[in-house]
Amino acid sequence: MTSDAAIMRAEDVVKRFGKLEVLKGVSLEVYTGEVVCIIGPSGSGKTTFIRCINHLEKIESGRIEVNGHLIGYEEKNGKLVEDSEKNIAKQRAEIGMVFQRFNLFPHKTALENVIEAPVNVRGLKKSQAIPEGQALLARVGLADKADTYPGKLSGGQQQRVAIARALAMKPSLMLFDEPTSALDPEVIGEVLDVMKALAVDFGTTMIVVTHEMGFAREVGDRVVMMDDGKIIEEGTPEHFFTAPREERTKQFLAAIL
Amino acid sequence: MLAAVDWGIIWQRIFHPDHVFLVALWTTIYISVLAQILGVLLGLLAALMRMSKVYPLRFLSGAYVLVFRGTPLIVQIFFIYFGANLLFGFTLIPRSLNFGLFTMDGAAFAGILALGINEGAYMREIIRAGIDAVDKGQMEAAKSLGMPYRLAMRRIILPQATRFIVPPLGNEFNNMMKTSSLIFFIGVTELFGDAEIRYSTTFKPVEYFLAVAFWYLMLTTVWSLIQSQIERKLSASERGDDYTFRERMAHAWSPVTRGRGLAR
Repeated sequence: MTSDAAIMRAEDVVKRFGKLEVLKGVSLEVYTGEVVCIIGPSGSGKTTFIRCINHLEKIESGRIEVNGHLIGYEEKNGKLVEDSEKNIAKQRAEIGMVFQRFNLFPHKTALENVIEAPVNVRGLKKSQAIPEGQALLARVGLADKADTYPGKLSGGQQQRVAIARALAMKPSLMLFDEPTSALDPEVIGEVLDVMKALAVDFGTTMIVVTHEMGFAREVGDRVVMMDDGKIIEEGTPEHFFTAPREERTKQFLAAIL
Repeated sequence: MLAAVDWGIIWQRIFHPDHVFLVALWTTIYISVLAQILGVLLGLLAALMRMSKVYPLRFLSGAYVLVFRGTPLIVQIFFIYFGANLLFGFTLIPRSLNFGLFTMDGAAFAGILALGINEGAYMREIIRAGIDAVDKGQMEAAKSLGMPYRLAMRRIILPQATRFIVPPLGNEFNNMMKTSSLIFFIGVTELFGDAEIRYSTTFKPVEYFLAVAFWYLMLTTVWSLIQSQIERKLSASERGDDYTFRERMAHAWSPVTRGRGLAR
């Protein structure tokens, strides 16, 4: 795979919740090693969009490919029909996701959270998964919390475990759904630092829904502005900070910066 | 004028129970336990069927609950004991079952079956509510890690649902111990049956039924103590100041943490 190959390609994605059209034809390509930040007001569809990328949401039309594989659907006689559960699970295993509310498994320790999927989905031996899991926890700065249950961790620590848990599957694409929105202000930094290290030191391909413009500026290769179910502007972080084109973008940035 | 009560009989029944009585007590206990286990398993199966995408499974689950919650338990007990073999045309309920170490009376078997099937209909709702009470994000997180539905259910959702299921399950078992007295009517000599038989030969209802009431009260009281212990341990983590029973169990059994102390 060449370095400019698209890892994720979304074409004209339409998503409706009942009568409400939340995605009105979204197209986006993300390339290997890229960090793409999606910004936009609440209700603009940015969270829904990244949830579609690992098929946590079904889509009405359009298509999403990750690593060249159609996500969530298979083509039958030119029509898209939902794929088998087994295939969808396989595709999801290649895509890491970090949630706004962490969603750690509360009945498992930090380390057990991290090794759960490698052992039970990939069939990795525990003797191999445990050192790998410990290394991942060390990478997010939580080597000493391996045996701690999520209930005893701070929000920032929980989110870092969640990142380690997603990384344990060695995904080719990481999705972050407002990873710092549920955190106390003083711990946001520690989570952003971990994400930054992922991007800078490991070249992880990431799509990040965020309002952290500092992060977008420092780490992001590209910023995508969504509004009312559409991508209305796309460019480098510099472009957004210096000369945003759309009036809506200017208003939004003025409100959050 | 109050009838003369022979307190000696009550004293005898409570403090010096004979062998026949102890067998009856044991019968009540093992039938209640087995019927409750059967009820939990059937309830779990029916709850999962209820949430299935396959319509016939959902329908079957609904019909099961409709029938077994909507008809009297005593009718179900009689139907299974006297009617099941005739209806199905094969021996579902044998005269007795030989388990090698012990034999079980066919009526006791029918009783367990009827009590368990009936209980399953109630357990379905309890288990479904427990599963519903688990945060939706848990299933999403499991799915996002590539876990198929069944694996996610087994590894992530059901272990967490137990904490919501255990308190009502305890109440169900309390009920079960008392309700199991109904199977006396198909000839199983459990606690109530034992009292009934002695009453019918002595015509001393006050003594024997008071004594048996005491024993039921003992059973339910002991159980409620056990139940409150379990619940206390389950809810300890909510306060965040202690490890829960399940955490300790998980810790003790986990290959990751076994042999190490619990981290603070």
